[in-house]
Amino acid sequence: MSEMTEQRRTAVPAQVGTREAVLLPQRKPRSLWSDAWRQFRHHRLAVAGSFVLIFMVLATLIGPFLWPIPWNHFDMAEALQGPSLEHPFGTTDLGHDIFARILWGGRISIAVGVVAMLVAVVLGTLIGAIAGYFGGILDSLLMRITDMFISIPSLPLLLLITYLFQDRMKAIFGIELGMFLLIVLVIGGLNWMPVARLVRASFLSLKQKEFVEAAHCIGVGTGGIIFRHILPNTLSPVIVAATLGVAQAIITESALSFLGLGFPPDIPTWGRMLYDGINWIEFAPWMVLFPGGAIFLTVLSINYVGDGLRDALDPRRMFAV
Amino acid sequence: MTQYLIRRILISIPTLIAISIVIFTILALAPGDPLAEFAMNPAVPPEVRQRIRQSMGLDDPIPVRYVKWASSMLRGDFGYSFRSKSPVIDLIRQRLPTTLYVIGTAYLLSVLIAIPVGVLSAIRQYSIFDNIATTLAFIGFSLPTFVTGILFILIFSVKLGWLPMIYRTTIETEGLAGLWEKIKQALMPIMVLALFETAALARYTRAAMLETIHQDYVRTARAKGLSERAVILRHALRNALIPVVTIVALSIPGIFTGAVITEQIFRVPGMGSLLISAIRDNDTPVIMAITIIFSALVVLFNLIADILYGVLDPRIKYE
Amino acid sequence: MPEFVRKQDAIGATREEGTAMDEVRALESAARSGQLSRREVLKRAAALGLSAPVIASLLAACARGEATPTPAPAAQTPAARTPAAGASPTPAGGASPTAAPAGRRGEGGLVKLLWWQAPTILNPHFSQGTKDFDGSRIVLEPLADVNDKGELVPILAAEIPSVENGGVSKDAKTVTWKLKRDVKWSDGQPFTSKDVKFTYEFVIDEKAATTTMGNYQVIESVETPDDYTVVIHFKNPNPAWMNVFVGPYGMILPEHVLRDYMGEKARNAPFNLNPVGTGPYKVKEFRPGDVVVYEMNENYREPDKPYFAQVEMKGGGDATTAARAVLQTGEVDYAWNLQVEAQVLDQLEKTGVGVVEVIQGVNVERILVNMTDPRKEVDGERSKLGVPHPWQSDLKVRQAYALACRRDVIANTLYGRAGQATANILVAPERFVSKNTSWKFDLDEAARLLDEAGWTKGPDGVRQKDGVRMEIIYQTTVNPVRQKTQEIIKSAFEQLGIKVELKSIDASVFFSSDPGNPDTAAHFYADIEMFTNGPTSVYPVDYMISWYGKPDNIAQKANNWSGNNYERWQNDEYDKAYEQALVELDPQKQAELFIKMNDLVVNNVVVIPLVHRHSVSGRAKNLTGLELSRWTDETWNIANWRRSS
Repeated sequence: MSEMTEQRRTAVPAQVGTREAVLLPQRKPRSLWSDAWRQFRHHRLAVAGSFVLIFMVLATLIGPFLWPIPWNHFDMAEALQGPSLEHPFGTTDLGHDIFARILWGGRISIAVGVVAMLVAVVLGTLIGAIAGYFGGILDSLLMRITDMFISIPSLPLLLLITYLFQDRMKAIFGIELGMFLLIVLVIGGLNWMPVARLVRASFLSLKQKEFVEAAHCIGVGTGGIIFRHILPNTLSPVIVAATLGVAQAIITESALSFLGLGFPPDIPTWGRMLYDGINWIEFAPWMVLFPGGAIFLTVLSINYVGDGLRDALDPRRMFAV
Repeated sequence: MTQYLIRRILISIPTLIAISIVIFTILALAPGDPLAEFAMNPAVPPEVRQRIRQSMGLDDPIPVRYVKWASSMLRGDFGYSFRSKSPVIDLIRQRLPTTLYVIGTAYLLSVLIAIPVGVLSAIRQYSIFDNIATTLAFIGFSLPTFVTGILFILIFSVKLGWLPMIYRTTIETEGLAGLWEKIKQALMPIMVLALFETAALARYTRAAMLETIHQDYVRTARAKGLSERAVILRHALRNALIPVVTIVALSIPGIFTGAVITEQIFRVPGMGSLLISAIRDNDTPVIMAITIIFSALVVLFNLIADILYGVLDPRIKYE
Repeated sequence: MPEFVRKQDAIGATREEGTAMDEVRALESAARSGQLSRREVLKRAAALGLSAPVIASLLAACARGEATPTPAPAAQTPAARTPAAGASPTPAGGASPTAAPAGRRGEGGLVKLLWWQAPTILNPHFSQGTKDFDGSRIVLEPLADVNDKGELVPILAAEIPSVENGGVSKDAKTVTWKLKRDVKWSDGQPFTSKDVKFTYEFVIDEKAATTTMGNYQVIESVETPDDYTVVIHFKNPNPAWMNVFVGPYGMILPEHVLRDYMGEKARNAPFNLNPVGTGPYKVKEFRPGDVVVYEMNENYREPDKPYFAQVEMKGGGDATTAARAVLQTGEVDYAWNLQVEAQVLDQLEKTGVGVVEVIQGVNVERILVNMTDPRKEVDGERSKLGVPHPWQSDLKVRQAYALACRRDVIANTLYGRAGQATANILVAPERFVSKNTSWKFDLDEAARLLDEAGWTKGPDGVRQKDGVRMEIIYQTTVNPVRQKTQEIIKSAFEQLGIKVELKSIDASVFFSSDPGNPDTAAHFYADIEMFTNGPTSVYPVDYMISWYGKPDNIAQKANNWSGNNYERWQNDEYDKAYEQALVELDPQKQAELFIKMNDLVVNNVVVIPLVHRHSVSGRAKNLTGLELSRWTDETWNIANWRRSS
């Protein structure tokens, strides 16, 4: 942020208090965040992405209450029908309404995707930042731990964790919340390693830069340097990792249900719907098209939102506003 | 730097030992039974099952089993698979060439395609090229490999009949015709894998390039009058490569165990499917052998990446 | 050439039939080659005293110019049809596998097979799954095998023992097998009775820890009075005498190769990865878990067989792509166990490249009902015998459950050709199938029964009684068809007012024998669970033990959940019937006992049978001679596989 502040200072008109200055329209003092917001607003795709995302979240939250057909209702007589007025996204091989299931399952898919990604990103960023900034033994230790996590085969670990913790989580948090927490912790906990390595690499390079030295000089503490100065400049690969992470998390959740972990098998998360529909792809392509499209849209919007965020926070990208 | 290198190599040894202990313990504690298939079989009474368990050494305490495994491993003996009673080393040797050939090629291809595409995308941000590339990339990684795999099979095997959908390691045809057979059957799995990997890597490259080309020193280079090409290739790319190197270094060990679903769909007998079936069967010797090799690769490639950081960005120093 | 072929098949006949056999052979070859008119064939056949079906097939041979199956021996010795004392399957007195039309050995080239998993070991006595048996069967052979009708077919045996021919003693304690002569192992050594005796010793050795040991523990001793005779003495009268040396568990091992690898050394014998057998093929290349390549055994006893020079058995992947490979692209000639949604399979078959083969099954997908309470923990265990289930111990509630299962919808929509709704838990062999049971789907009656039992719908729609809510956990393995079955059952149950939580568990965990894992089928820490099971032999005592009520047969902590009775159900009548079946030699009484056991289990709703499952495979249109049998490996007849033109 300090680079941004530097730039800001040079933009302020030098002569204050002169006649010209008095005649100049006074601008409200701007905070850095509002600047970022304006920058974001200029990024058309980011704005579009945010709208799509918000729309999807609202649709999955409210939609199931508005749509007449329940997600778990099925009628064999209506099986394998293509999109129609009654079933805008068609029906499954048992006669479920796909639209209703996309709305209902979307809650879980989006929630799992976003939260698991956040867990991975936050954890990875923290570890990478500390390792990259402090170097030495701390770096070595943290990176060896990272190596270990990368090496562990996820399947037995998942089975073990479920076996050990599933019932306990359900008991403490209730069936649904317990399951949800276990899944996002597990997915996030197994995907933070690339983020950590990326952030650390950035830190190794950035901590040598002049602005860090400058921040030291003016007395910014370690925490401040890490979080307010260096970190915002490392966001670029982190955002890519985040968008990839959401897609991965949505798919991984369905993979978990095949191991007997995760949500009960009748919950139609998007990844699960893809798997259930894949055998029918020639005969009933809508079973794959719509869940795949939903994942695609979600990931795409998150990506553009991320792009916008990065551009907004990047001082070099700022144009005179 | 040499000091650093030696230190790192020395540290890898306890690291690998620690990793092997953790993995072994997880495997031993994880639920699942190498003898699951007998549970439903009335011809295998419980006493027999128990005897088989004992013969596999499954009833010894965990530390004892670990020490037994570790001591034979150090002698180069990876043990015998529970399932096939064949030496683990032979199983790995059988699968290695296929893995390198199919999955290695896919990865190589993805790197060769992703980096130029990512660079171009960044230079011409939001151009038509960038938008198409972005969309394709997103399709590439929002769709899991089992979807793209089946799609390819439908198009190229079923409808067009151009490519076989089952990978055979036993092609006997000699010469050019045999080579063509081998290429044909590897094409689809390679395409499926490359699609996924290229998509991810291209995004990272693009993001990293976007960061770099807005830097002051790039502007300086342009101002100096260097050709655009020199600017990009000699100045911008080097720094952009740091995150790319990170990702590539993380992914290379993944060649050995990561392509499980693709291997499944096309029946490519690679290490990934060996690992997965060993996990399903709770075939500990096989799992341990593969994961140890895998972790050695992880440690090695992360070391290479760290050294490359120093090469790419001279400001990075290691104490 | 044709006569030579026929002589091989004639080995199945007894000595008395010898001459007559030759005449029938000659007649048949003449008919085939078109030398005789139909009228001549008819006249001669009548003179030989052949039965109508045989004559019909001879006439058909005239017309087609192809050989027909030779049931002639069976027709000529109707006496052999009478089930001998304790011999439950009909020894078809020498019925051989369908003789294939004469061809040259090896002219068929390569045949490609596709299994879900490739074999990981080729010694069937260490097999850990069907694939290992199927892979070994191409190289090794038992004394006899069982065809789809349940009839014993001699393979390495010269004939099937029976009471009539003195092979089986009247008290079923001694069985004498006569072996074929001039059979060689693929390395040229002769096959003799010492190989059979050796197989017994190899399998029974505790230190070897073979997986087929269980079958052979009923044997007291094996004697070899001469090179081609084996005498088996059982410890007790054994109506199930055909469970040894027959079928997948009965493949004979070569003494001269394995004699130095008994006991502890057996596990690492090179034979396990490169077996020497008497079968039509030997192993050329074996990559465990990936593929096995077989080539012709030059020493195989039938010189014009096998038709295919090479067999490639590949494994891996999922059922749907396997179905595509055999039905859409024709990339493989045979694909095993296509567990694919019914409609998808139908569509794929329409391509016209392959054909779906349905093998009538012996298995039933069923729901088990827990008689004990899975929620109450007593002395560190749940579902403990003696702690009855709060509502499932009431027969009316169980009957309501059974009435709420839409078996036909499940069978037709999810299984299609691969299954049909059933009310029986024992669906094979034919003579033991009960005709006294039936099923129906009737939610109204189910509701009425629940009301009668005192379980009424509460304000939230869930049934309850005395403050206890009817909420159940329904568990099964991870499997798309099973998950859909769960959905269908759950939907009906919830209409009834029973709240259902679905649980799906990884198969290797569900079927594990790990005493520490609460998710196993044996632990049954749920209210109902679902899986498939069925008899493995034509005398299914090993299957019916699943409901035997002796305490150490009930899965409990005390026996590390190794008991076979998962429902924890005990019934004196059933126990008596089971114990009697173990020693009953009268076939009529045997049938009564098995039917009674089936009825007791079904009428007491200890289980809810859902689907009688068949095995569905795919084959290339021009692949014939398979003779697929539900009682044994699908590769059992591979010597006779060929391409039709």
